[in-house]
Amino acid sequence: MSPQPLIHARGLVKRFGSFTAVDGIDLQVAPGEAFGFLGPNGAGKSSTMRMISCVSLPTAGELRILGMDPARDGTRIRARLGVCPQLDNLDPDLSVRENLTTYARYFGIPRAEARRRADELLEFVQLADRAGSKVDPLSGGMKRRLTIARAMVNEPDIVLLDEPTTGLDPQARHLLWERLFQLKRRGTTLVLTTHYMDEAEQLCDRLVVMDGGRIVAEGSPRSLIETYSTPEVVELRFGDDRPADVAGKLAGVGERIDPLPDRVLVYAADGDAATAEVHRRGLTPSSVLVRRSTLEDVFLHLTGRTLVD
Amino acid sequence: MAQLVSQVSARSTLAVLERALTLYRRLWRASAFSSFIIPVLFLVSIGIGVGGYVGGIGGVDYLSWIVPGVLASTAFQMAVGECTYPVFGDFKWVRAYHAMRATPVEVGDMVCGWLLYILFRVEIAVVVFLAITALFGALHSPWALLTPLVCALVALATAAPTMAFAATIEHDSYFALLFRFVLIPSTLFSGVFFPVEQLPAFARPLAYLSPLWHGVELDRAATLGVSPPWPVAVHLAYLLAFAAAGTLWAFHAFRKRLQD
Repeated sequence: MSPQPLIHARGLVKRFGSFTAVDGIDLQVAPGEAFGFLGPNGAGKSSTMRMISCVSLPTAGELRILGMDPARDGTRIRARLGVCPQLDNLDPDLSVRENLTTYARYFGIPRAEARRRADELLEFVQLADRAGSKVDPLSGGMKRRLTIARAMVNEPDIVLLDEPTTGLDPQARHLLWERLFQLKRRGTTLVLTTHYMDEAEQLCDRLVVMDGGRIVAEGSPRSLIETYSTPEVVELRFGDDRPADVAGKLAGVGERIDPLPDRVLVYAADGDAATAEVHRRGLTPSSVLVRRSTLEDVFLHLTGRTLVD
Repeated sequence: MAQLVSQVSARSTLAVLERALTLYRRLWRASAFSSFIIPVLFLVSIGIGVGGYVGGIGGVDYLSWIVPGVLASTAFQMAVGECTYPVFGDFKWVRAYHAMRATPVEVGDMVCGWLLYILFRVEIAVVVFLAITALFGALHSPWALLTPLVCALVALATAAPTMAFAATIEHDSYFALLFRFVLIPSTLFSGVFFPVEQLPAFARPLAYLSPLWHGVELDRAATLGVSPPWPVAVHLAYLLAFAAAGTLWAFHAFRKRLQD
């Protein structure tokens, strides 16, 4: 028998007036899992996260966190969650260490214990040398790490991360991922939202793709690629010819053709064979790139290429 | 509403107070200066300067007459000051309340923790001010020892609805309205500098509405050792009711802002 899920949702709905942000989703998160919500802006990821963190009540449906009902046991559930929100809400006038100790007190952690945990966590997020510094001069990556340390101060059963690396430079992102990976190895249950495919592939054991308030796909990164894409993708560029015009001549090459404004993507099981077929048809692309399918291909296939702002 | 009240816990309320005190520790020098010095400057300029011209009111020298008024108005102004930008900023810029919301701290704890902090600030300012005025010989009755309690009530009755207001608005320009139409008129027309009987009859009820007037009259009765214009119980009940209603409004406003 599988262990009792930490998060269980069935037919979960969140409406704001006439707008439906979350439109009946089902999900289960097991202990120790790293679970991701992937989706474009406005897909309903953050609304779902807010319901899971018990700061927003579901409009309809069933939600159980740690076996409890957020509407009745919100305080008790929050005591066992660690939340890293999308917008930083550190106290800019407190020192780095005070940010952790003050927050620890909200959980009723005794002062001496709060100081001990703060020092330990600052070590973990590599901010020990900044303990006495104020928050304002810290870089974006340091602030995020501090927010994550703060989310760990109550030794939570689940850590919720809403777009943990949005807006960070590559070095800061990699350092953060590495720290989150350490958390995962310790067996901490992670739930995160992201619109970065590499982040989802790096961190998540299992993820759902959300679009328009619904879950449109679910699985491990690998199984999603297997289900919704082909093993390989050929990217073709055709100098001056418009990709849309060339696309017609490519019918039947590979399993699916996706003309973009600057290139044509050919989804195929074997990229080299598809390339050979392109040349056999007398087409002369100015550049050919054969690569493995990524989660980004799945994402764009499922959620479309129309920009939603 | 009953549910909001029942969710207030001592542990979480004290944790919220602790944050406020930790922040205060960083800037207490600057704020201590303004909170003690400004009322003293008032006393010197108006009490002694203006007092030299007006002589006395109701048989006491002008300085002794305005000391209890300035005392209550210090509590009033401090409560307004600490519950406008600091509270608004913790919603809008710092998002400290959003951070608390993700923990076991409930909205009632946020409100009560901040009110305790206001009491802490007000009591220190009031006690120091009282000691200074004692040196000026402006206290005429041992009942003056009760004025810090009256000031605590004035502070609560002012702070709670101001916090609620700060939690309701979306833009800080609304504070200009509060300062112009509530803070300044209250300070000028609540019997701090002259008796409200000097006001035209139609305007007097406005002074009676202000919690500051009730605090001023109770403080004045205490420092001069006389009876206040209305029964003590009525003044106290008005302040208590104002504080209670304001607190409930603040609970409601905080919840509305933090929960969807």
